[in-house]
Amino acid sequence: MNNQRRNVLKSGSGAALLGMLAAAGIINPGMALADWNKAAFDAKSMADTLKALGVAGTTDSKDVQVTGPDIAENGAVVPVGVSSTLPNVSMVAILIEKNPNALSATFNLPEGTEANVQTRVKMGQTSNVYALVKSDGKFFMATKEIKVTLGGCGG
Amino acid sequence: MGNPMKIRAANKDGVTEVKALISHEMETGQRKDANGAIVPAWFITELVAKHGDKVVLAAEFGSSVSKNPYLAFKFKGGAKGEKVVVSWKDNKGDSRTDEAVIG
Repeated sequence: MNNQRRNVLKSGSGAALLGMLAAAGIINPGMALADWNKAAFDAKSMADTLKALGVAGTTDSKDVQVTGPDIAENGAVVPVGVSSTLPNVSMVAILIEKNPNALSATFNLPEGTEANVQTRVKMGQTSNVYALVKSDGKFFMATKEIKVTLGGCGG
Repeated sequence: MGNPMKIRAANKDGVTEVKALISHEMETGQRKDANGAIVPAWFITELVAKHGDKVVLAAEFGSSVSKNPYLAFKFKGGAKGEKVVVSWKDNKGDSRTDEAVIG
């Protein structure tokens, strides 16, 4: 199924064909939407990552919360959560400033899914962790510093 | 095919909380083995959770998500006995789908 979808995307047959395939149930529309954003995940710096995500400008917001430990003993497994009370949140991303690639994960939240996501990430060293939230088409950020005593990216 | 995911879904006051623990190596591609050779990157890139036909979460992961990724989120709706289906795909093209019954 996935190979088929790749071919469709590569051949550039356009949205109409994709729509037909989706309607026919051949491809899963959700998976088709979530085409992995290589540029954003390969970006090294925060600025490049935001650019690759198509974020023009962000506002710091108290309505976005980053949760996590103040000190992580093991950088390989750092629990991080993002929640927000902003309306109509459609996307949440977790960025770690000092990791080799800043972007850790993005979550697209369809209507009905709450802006409250928890996961675990790897951190190479003590760094600011940013939460990026898209609400009503605008981008908001919040940050929290997490100290790492043992890095999770080394060999 | 990887190992099965552990998924729990529980409905409380009309909101379903989903917790998933995925079995995956999540190799960054930056680590070196004992011989100094770089261990190739191998990580989940896309994850989709569905309730019935409706997508309730579409996530994209980078290599900095921890080994055996954990994910928790909540969506409105869902009832006891209904199913939540989670699928992932990794950068090698491997994929897996598992489901849980909302309790």
